[in-house]
Amino acid sequence: MVCEMETDQIEEMDVEVLSSMWPEDVGTEADKQFNVEKPAGDLDTLKEVTIEEKPTIADLTRLPDLLNSTHQGTSQLTNLVKQWEYMQDNAVRLLREELKNLNRQREEAEAKELKIIEDYKFESNEPENVPVLDETSDLFRKFRQKKRDALIDSKKIEIDEEFDTVAYWKQKALSLEKMLEASTERERRLVEKLHESLKTMESHAAPVQELTQNLKRAEGFLHFILQNAPIVMGHQDKDLRYLFIYNKYPSLREQDILGKTDVEIFHGGGVKESEDFKREVLEKGKASKREITFTTDLFGSKTFLIYVEPVYNKAGEKIGINYMGMEVTDQVVKREKMAKLREDNAVRKAMESELNKTIHITEETMRAKQMLATMSHEIRSPLSGVVGMAEILSTTKLDKEQRQLLNVMISSGDLVLQLINDILDLSKVESGVMKLEATKFRPREVVKHVLQTAAASLKKSLTLEGNITDDVPIEVVGDVLRIRQILTNLISNAIKFTHDGHVGIKLQVISEPSFARDNALNADAEVDNGLTETSVWIRCDVYDTGIGIPENALPCLFKKYMQASADHARKYGGTGLGLAICKQLVELMGGQLTVTSRVNEGSTFTFILPYKVATSDDYSDDQDEFSDMTDHQSEPDDTTEGYFQFKPLLGSIYSNGGPAISNGFLPHKVMLTTSPIKLINGFVADPSNNTGQSEIVQVENGGYVDETKLETSSGHCPESAHQYENGNGRCFSKESESCSSSQASSEGGTLEMESELTVSSQREEEKAETNLKETSKPKILLVEDNKINIMVAKSMMKQLGHTMDIANNGVEAINAINRSSYDLVLMDVCMPVLDGLKATRLIRSYEESGNWNAAIEAGVDKDILENEQVCVRSTNRLPIIAMTANTLAESSEECYANGMDSFISKPVTLQKLRECLQQYLH
Amino acid sequence: MNTIVVGQLQRQFQDYIVSLYQQGYLDNQFTELRKLQDEGSPDFVAEVVSLFFDDCAKLINDMSTSLERPDHVDFKQVDSGVHQLKGSSSSVGARRVKSVCIAFKECCDVQNREGCLRCLQQVDYEYKMLKTKLQDLFNLEQQILQAGGTIPQVSMN
Repeated sequence: MVCEMETDQIEEMDVEVLSSMWPEDVGTEADKQFNVEKPAGDLDTLKEVTIEEKPTIADLTRLPDLLNSTHQGTSQLTNLVKQWEYMQDNAVRLLREELKNLNRQREEAEAKELKIIEDYKFESNEPENVPVLDETSDLFRKFRQKKRDALIDSKKIEIDEEFDTVAYWKQKALSLEKMLEASTERERRLVEKLHESLKTMESHAAPVQELTQNLKRAEGFLHFILQNAPIVMGHQDKDLRYLFIYNKYPSLREQDILGKTDVEIFHGGGVKESEDFKREVLEKGKASKREITFTTDLFGSKTFLIYVEPVYNKAGEKIGINYMGMEVTDQVVKREKMAKLREDNAVRKAMESELNKTIHITEETMRAKQMLATMSHEIRSPLSGVVGMAEILSTTKLDKEQRQLLNVMISSGDLVLQLINDILDLSKVESGVMKLEATKFRPREVVKHVLQTAAASLKKSLTLEGNITDDVPIEVVGDVLRIRQILTNLISNAIKFTHDGHVGIKLQVISEPSFARDNALNADAEVDNGLTETSVWIRCDVYDTGIGIPENALPCLFKKYMQASADHARKYGGTGLGLAICKQLVELMGGQLTVTSRVNEGSTFTFILPYKVATSDDYSDDQDEFSDMTDHQSEPDDTTEGYFQFKPLLGSIYSNGGPAISNGFLPHKVMLTTSPIKLINGFVADPSNNTGQSEIVQVENGGYVDETKLETSSGHCPESAHQYENGNGRCFSKESESCSSSQASSEGGTLEMESELTVSSQREEEKAETNLKETSKPKILLVEDNKINIMVAKSMMKQLGHTMDIANNGVEAINAINRSSYDLVLMDVCMPVLDGLKATRLIRSYEESGNWNAAIEAGVDKDILENEQVCVRSTNRLPIIAMTANTLAESSEECYANGMDSFISKPVTLQKLRECLQQYLH
Repeated sequence: MNTIVVGQLQRQFQDYIVSLYQQGYLDNQFTELRKLQDEGSPDFVAEVVSLFFDDCAKLINDMSTSLERPDHVDFKQVDSGVHQLKGSSSSVGARRVKSVCIAFKECCDVQNREGCLRCLQQVDYEYKMLKTKLQDLFNLEQQILQAGGTIPQVSMN
């Protein structure tokens, strides 16, 4: 019945009420979620229920008010009442129908009875004394009696006169009796039904009880659903004071919450935000959701998803909000983790692709540079052949025009060579292949050598001067090769752009510059005292009185391939790479290169570099063998000399008997008798040469130089590494060198020497020398570690009519050279144990000093070398030819810098070998 | 009859050696080597070349041992091997081997193990290839000599 009712109701009310999602058990009122609190009439029940069964907090005294005053509440109540009324109406209607049915049935029954009675009446008119019918008549009588009792009024029976036999009547009576029985039975049942209906009526008559039951069910259901849900529900009034709150896990008591606002209850992050949010909803009148993270003392850090809807009263005024919150801390944490992961992933991917790009670019750049370097090298080898041949050609008999053409050819070739060398240098610095070496060197000597070299090829009337302040240490540690390179470059630049006046180098110690203050000690260390190793900053100015550089050209001065102007480039030539290389080298060494210039007054290039000052130990070690000599000297020697000057004497006539100075090819000695003034020899790296008082040196005009050693110190004069820079020793200038010592006793004592040296004369000398010396086969040493290369080279040598000794590495080479004297060494650059460059350096050091100390220091077997030390040779510089593979690490520049005389690029061919032998063995 | 055979063999030899140059197996350095071969050392080229191949086998073996360990490769050792190989191949004029060596060295410089292994395989292949080719060449030489002919000089310029 209930079910039936319900469907009916829904059909009829669906305009007003949405179909319910709730189970049928809950009852018809389920379409409102809050209808638990609905019964308007009996709130006591609810109160009981709530308090008994739930740990919730609710202000039950206010709830009815709320329900009465709000729209939601009213509509809920109205709905409920309507439903109830309808239910009652329905019940009444049904009962009425039932009653009507019953009445109709009774009427029917009565009608039938009447008919029967009529029949009977007619019958009763029959004689009663029929014995057979005794019983029947009795029955009839009774029935009639009864009928009369019940329906007295309707006794208007007419008796029909006609009748048949006795049997007929008997039968008729029997059937009538049956009908009567059925009727009686029906009557009884109806009465029963009536009773039943009455009972049902009674049960319907208690609506409150029924409602209560429904409500209890609904409440129980809600409780069942919500019992573990992390949900907080509540209602707050216009001032956001709690009127009602449901919380499964209440951490506060009822009285702590009700009547208070959020802000009054909690403190901490998020509270204000939620309050503001609620207020916003209240103002806008629009339900909305928001996620808020609370950080309170009460329950720590938790995130809630909050739903707030405004509540209106019947008049449509806002009276508060309904509020529902669900804790979503875990979800938020997860979500954030995911987001973070995704973000990290994206970042990593981006970085990866960025890195890949960079790697790709770097690889490409490296490849391009390597390509350039390889190409340059490939160009250089044949070109140096061309230039070399041209030079040889220039030594032959040529007419004037031929010589002019040849000179152009040589200078062009030199320019291209220089360009290629520059490119190789640059690419080396840029690709980080350039390694800096830390070697001890004497700045004064370096300056002097550079100036001397420049003077050697000077074609202008310029004065070259060097000025070194006293506080510059005698020896410092740095990469002397690179420093020389920078100086040479700057000086040649200065000379190029200066037409008259002077060009000079000035060295001075400065305090640590600001750009490198974080590192290095102060530069006031006294070297002479032999203190421990310290750093010193030396400023080097290369100045000239040349054409100067316009200010607007300064910024691009150090850029590659840039010259101050196209006009200059045409006029002065050059590659435009020199300054770029200088700058890179200086920066590589931790210094700074700057320039100041005024047009038509001159330029000054300044570079500041840090140097380590040699330790006292090293210093004395090195000086040991000379110490007695230097100590005895009352005069200062060139190690402390601070001023040099080189003046050109253009057009001067070669003076007979004058000592030859500054020619790399010619071992020269100056005869000194009792003069206290020492000759400053540009190519002497060792003071012993100059301090040896009894050295006798003869210089013959155009002839070959003989030298005699009277003392144990080696008088061999090493060739400077700058020989190469001079362009294979071509020397066109006539020059004189004036050497002066800043501390020399008298200016008048300055010895002036003039010389003219031409290539032809020098070559003749060499030839003469070889002719005198070499009557037997030349001795050649091949230093090479590769068996196959040895085999090939040996076979080639055989074809050229020579034999060779073989050394497999630098150490073996040193030992071999120590044991016997050679006329030529072919030296592989890259070898195990000791490479060709180092070996050459050690050999040169031996040639200079007459001992193998440097080699021993470098780890070459001491015993072998020491035993042989007595055998001091007074030979000339041993020609060492490098055999290079075309790699960045084996540039010819480096070969020359390390004291090699020439190079053959690999693979060695007969032709190359033949040329080499022709040049160095005569 | 004999002269015809010799002539054929000589032509065959010439064609073959030219093809070796054209396909880049050899360069002019090989010509240099051949120039060094004379009565005093009739098998000079073969000797050098076989020494070269022995060297190749040894170096490649050493390098592959060095490169086998994936986590700790001694690139210095490999580099020295490559250097040797490059020098040797350049000396005998084994052009392809030399080219691979150059790439090999680049890989070595940047410590690219994968690249090194690839180059190693390639260099192994190239030297073996060259070995077969040169063996054929020497066989031809022998045949010419046995037939009483002389080895023609081939200039590759």
